[in-house]
Amino acid sequence: MAEAKLQETATEAMISTLSMPQGGWAQPAREDALARVRAMGLPQRRDEYWKFTRPDTLTQAEPVPAAIFEHGDAPMFDGIDRLRIVFADGEFDADASDDLSLEGVKIERLATAMSDLHWARDLYGTLEKNGQNPVPRPLAALNTAFATDGVLIHVTGRPSKPINLIYKHKSETSDAMLHHIVKLDAGAEMTLLENGPAAARFNTVMEVDVADTARFHHVRAQGRDHERRAATHLFTRLGTESLLKSFTVTVNGAMTRNECVIELTGDDASAHVAGASVGDGDFHHDDTVFITHDAVNCESRQVYKKVLRNGATGVFQGKILVKEGAQKTDGYQISQSLLLDGDSQFLAKPELEIYADDVACSHGSTSGAIDEEALFYLRARGVSHAEATDLLTLAFLAEAVEEIESENLREEIIGRLSSWLERRSG
Amino acid sequence: MENVTLKENDGVKEGVDQETVDAVREVGGKYKYGWSTDIEMEYAPKGLTPDIVRLISEKNEEPEWMTEWRLAAYDRWLTKKEPDWAMVDYPEIDFQDQYYYARPKSMIEKPKSLDDVDPKLLETYKKLGIPLKEQMVLAGVEGAEDIPAEGRKVAVDAVFDSVSVGTTFQDELKKAGVIFCSISEAIREHPELVRKYLGTVVPVSDNFYATLNSAVFSDGSFVYVPPGVRCPMELSTYFRINAENTGQFERTLIIADKGSYVSYLEGCTAPQRDESQLHAAVVEIIVEEDAEVKYSTVQNWYPGDEDGKGGIYNFVTKRADCRGDRAKVMWTQVETGSAVTWKYPSCILRGDDSQGEFYSIAIANNMQQADTGTKMIHLGKRTKSRIVSKGISAGKAQNTYRGLVSMHPKAKESRNYTQCDSLLIGSDCGAHTVPYIEVKNNSSRVEHEATTSKVDDDQMFYCRSRGMDEEEAVALVVNGFCKDVLQALPMEFAMEAQALVAISLEGSVG
Repeated sequence: MAEAKLQETATEAMISTLSMPQGGWAQPAREDALARVRAMGLPQRRDEYWKFTRPDTLTQAEPVPAAIFEHGDAPMFDGIDRLRIVFADGEFDADASDDLSLEGVKIERLATAMSDLHWARDLYGTLEKNGQNPVPRPLAALNTAFATDGVLIHVTGRPSKPINLIYKHKSETSDAMLHHIVKLDAGAEMTLLENGPAAARFNTVMEVDVADTARFHHVRAQGRDHERRAATHLFTRLGTESLLKSFTVTVNGAMTRNECVIELTGDDASAHVAGASVGDGDFHHDDTVFITHDAVNCESRQVYKKVLRNGATGVFQGKILVKEGAQKTDGYQISQSLLLDGDSQFLAKPELEIYADDVACSHGSTSGAIDEEALFYLRARGVSHAEATDLLTLAFLAEAVEEIESENLREEIIGRLSSWLERRSG
Repeated sequence: MENVTLKENDGVKEGVDQETVDAVREVGGKYKYGWSTDIEMEYAPKGLTPDIVRLISEKNEEPEWMTEWRLAAYDRWLTKKEPDWAMVDYPEIDFQDQYYYARPKSMIEKPKSLDDVDPKLLETYKKLGIPLKEQMVLAGVEGAEDIPAEGRKVAVDAVFDSVSVGTTFQDELKKAGVIFCSISEAIREHPELVRKYLGTVVPVSDNFYATLNSAVFSDGSFVYVPPGVRCPMELSTYFRINAENTGQFERTLIIADKGSYVSYLEGCTAPQRDESQLHAAVVEIIVEEDAEVKYSTVQNWYPGDEDGKGGIYNFVTKRADCRGDRAKVMWTQVETGSAVTWKYPSCILRGDDSQGEFYSIAIANNMQQADTGTKMIHLGKRTKSRIVSKGISAGKAQNTYRGLVSMHPKAKESRNYTQCDSLLIGSDCGAHTVPYIEVKNNSSRVEHEATTSKVDDDQMFYCRSRGMDEEEAVALVVNGFCKDVLQALPMEFAMEAQALVAISLEGSVG
């Protein structure tokens, strides 16, 4: 078939531009992942899983150059005491980073963690590989094979402050690939922050293994460079009575595809994933979530909100899969978009696949303009039209932001969102 | 087992005649239509070739353009791939191991009276509960049309395997200007209408099964309601697959001209056989300005036995095109039969202020697999659509709702409301929801809600404490769950559907 040939050519073209880091404990997993990429082929325009998002700029051999955007605002999470680890265009920046020692956690870098019996060996590429079924995610496998660096975080206790991965964008043609691994031991708890535009094109994989009763908080802010592109993947496995809370705010960016693959494998576990994105003009944002319930009495929650204008596109593909025997599952999913003008679009595929009978699963999806009645109510109380629109937009986004447990972080995000609105309406 | 008890006039609304009550009472027990009629049939050779296509066309005495149309479809079909995206799993179908044409031999010459009619055919109609007078018409008895009818009027077109065996009440409909006949007759008698509309809603190359149907459809129904006419009675088609190894490919074309109204009912049954049988139908509906069409289906093809042996593979393409402003179409379906269902009755809302509605109950028990839903394509301004889908899974069945709501940039101020609920009975079955939502303008509002749950323990306890057995209680709860859709059905259909809901779930508890 001509199509298959074309796909193979594109895949090989991409592979030929990359070089696999040699040696070390990750080598077998990398080779294995490369074989997976070749077998799957990179995503194509006609793939069902890429129905709403054109993969070409993410799969072409050379990235589309992206201008660097200087916003002049204070850095994200600046007011929060945190341990900073900085990558510029995918390269570790030791000078800008803090000392990597922190109580209750051991931090290493993928590029330099050389011991043969490294704990991360059993995890590297493992959750990614699991997540390839039933839907292939070739860009994640490509990352496992070729990632140049990343952090390996082993959480044994409760570190006193969050770890912050900061991604700087320096070159207009940079193409970065990072692979992070986070392992939380039983009872451990940590917060991981991520922010920054990263590169012209950025591909990340984060594999998170949350042991029984451990708690993992993840707050991510995707950077403001208008032309940047990113494909991110979060793979998480949850043990008994464990918890995951992941929230992403996205402002600007020509193309963002955030894939989130979660497997609840222990009873009574809980996973909350949420996202708030605001887009203007040349903005394509895709949240693709796949949650598998494979244990009893687990809860999962997906809350995604998008505000779109001037021709921006928002995509949501969310799935709850309840396996046989995963009784007492409580699955909830909501995806909503607010279209601020007639040119923007919202494309959604909220899916349920359920093989157990004693479950309560629901999903809702809505799309529309700002509620005229609410607007009228505010106007009648003397609020200006612009201000009323902002208030209602913020209220709309707040439901997703509420999913963040820490109040400081919530406030930080709300602040960012309101300044986006101010900038736009000004 | 007689667990559906409908006592004399007990709980039956006023105005429902005894016949209906009896008919509904009769629906008790296992798959009721599982018998087959041992009737002399005329077959075309097995397999599909251009010659078979020509033969079907010839048998129907079709004009040259129709034969060409079919052959073009056949050529397209050869280039098409069977779709595999639905959540259904069945052994590969050998399309060359099917009969594409079968008809009762007795239909070759018209009988003079009921005595000349093949008694087996009459027996069939009797078992199906069709009134005597209508039996005569269906059996093609000359002059039967003139005998006054008893009871309530529903015009029936019955399709037995490949051919339409008769349409009742033709004269009365003619007086109103309504054309209701088999499609083969329409091709002969009203070629201008058929040529103008056939294949304009579901194009020849639409999908694998529709293309196959375009090449080999043997019969079906044709309805034309002229401008401003409210069709004086409900129209009904009755489909039955009887012969073995026979695919049934019927084609229905309904045209509601400006300002007209028609309500159309469709029912289906098939005998119980170990071999699976193929059914690939196409229904096209054209709704002009201010016209309204209601299309109701009770699909009760043989679902196969408890181990999934046999049953009908039901691959159906149904689509309505609201061409004019303020056109309205309503699909209501109760899907209880078939081993595999692949069916998405859709609405193209082209005219401004046009409306589409879809009400569906899909019940899958034992090894049944259903993948069904709808597409609402909003093109015109201020168009409205509503989807209410109730999926029920029991046994080892898989039930999927798959749908699309698309708001085009020009469909300003349009509305959609979708509700998909799934109910699971037993721990071995599956219920899935796969909706696609595409919104390309901001003045439209789209709302989608879906829930999945099991039969509520409290409700069960309540019913059980009032002396109902478990199956009765489940049937009651399920009927409550389906209420929204049952209410959208025409009265008689609603009764039958309610009973069917109970039967289809038989053996799913305990």
